[in-house]
Amino acid sequence: MSRRSDTFAWIAQRASAVVLALCVAVHLVTIVYAVRGGLTAAEIFARTKGNAAGFFFYSVFVLAVAVHAPIGLRPVLTEWLGWRGRSRDAFAVLFAAVLLAMGMRAVLNVFV
Amino acid sequence: MSTLRVSVWRGGTDGALQSFEVPRHPSQTVLDVVTHIQRRLDPTLAYRYACRVGMCGSCAMTVNGAPRWTCRTHVDAVAKNGALEVRPLRNLPLIRDLVTDMRTFFDKWERAKGHYESSRTKADDCARIAPDSAERKAIDAGIECIGCGVCYAACDVVSWQADYLGPAALNRAWTLVQDARDEKQLERLRAVAGDAGCHACHTHMSCTERCPKHISPTAGIAGLKRAVLKATLKGDL
Repeated sequence: MSRRSDTFAWIAQRASAVVLALCVAVHLVTIVYAVRGGLTAAEIFARTKGNAAGFFFYSVFVLAVAVHAPIGLRPVLTEWLGWRGRSRDAFAVLFAAVLLAMGMRAVLNVFV
Repeated sequence: MSTLRVSVWRGGTDGALQSFEVPRHPSQTVLDVVTHIQRRLDPTLAYRYACRVGMCGSCAMTVNGAPRWTCRTHVDAVAKNGALEVRPLRNLPLIRDLVTDMRTFFDKWERAKGHYESSRTKADDCARIAPDSAERKAIDAGIECIGCGVCYAACDVVSWQADYLGPAALNRAWTLVQDARDEKQLERLRAVAGDAGCHACHTHMSCTERCPKHISPTAGIAGLKRAVLKATLKGDL
């Protein structure tokens, strides 16, 4: 990648980190609140199915993960395995696609 | 007279430690110890020094596992159980014994555009920089670098990524980015941006911990990240 795209990747990772900090906090507070007194899968689905706000929130969460993690994976691959160049970046894009697909599959199953 | 057990790296990368017994003296520095070995015990020992007073930056070595300027490092402060282990600086090609090849280190200063550039001549008026301005203070905090290579040897990112510019070159670039007289600002920001530049820093702060001049290259690198961010958002980069 060029220095310009390296810089944009760095900006995207920092921006997605801000989103993730909010998402993780909201997610943790929500699940701790929701499970008070126990919770079954049926009760969860009763609350989440058709919940548009939940669908939007967790879609943003998954998108932020799919942006953040693969960018951070690039230097790990370089520094631990010596893997650099286009093949490394292609792997990171593939990893992003897998995260996005798996995350959105979960969001669709829980909220739609 | 008490003695110090000293293990010194001998040879190239395939070399080994060699043991010496060196007399202890009050206020003895690690450089005194190495000099005693070369002058009294084994004249073939290769090492490098010049000023002996912490100005030239040529005598840095790895002492008991940490990079240090040996001329200002007292044996009392670093010896463990009456023993010293002296090796060459890491992250630099080894020439022989305690002497490393510093060319890659200084080449990276050039890659980071770590030199002042201006078209002003002696016919021009002096630039007026307020001593208490934020820029001047930032320059003051980073300008006393003596180029010893201690931060570069301490940096794990350099050990993992051979093309990473490293803390010293980036610190120098930061002092120039703050210099209102310099006329190559954008070129410098382009030179230090990216995965081999300031964005590779993981903020481990080993450079800041080890710098003998108490400079914080980590702070300078963070400043470069901000400067590159601003230039990118403006569309200048």
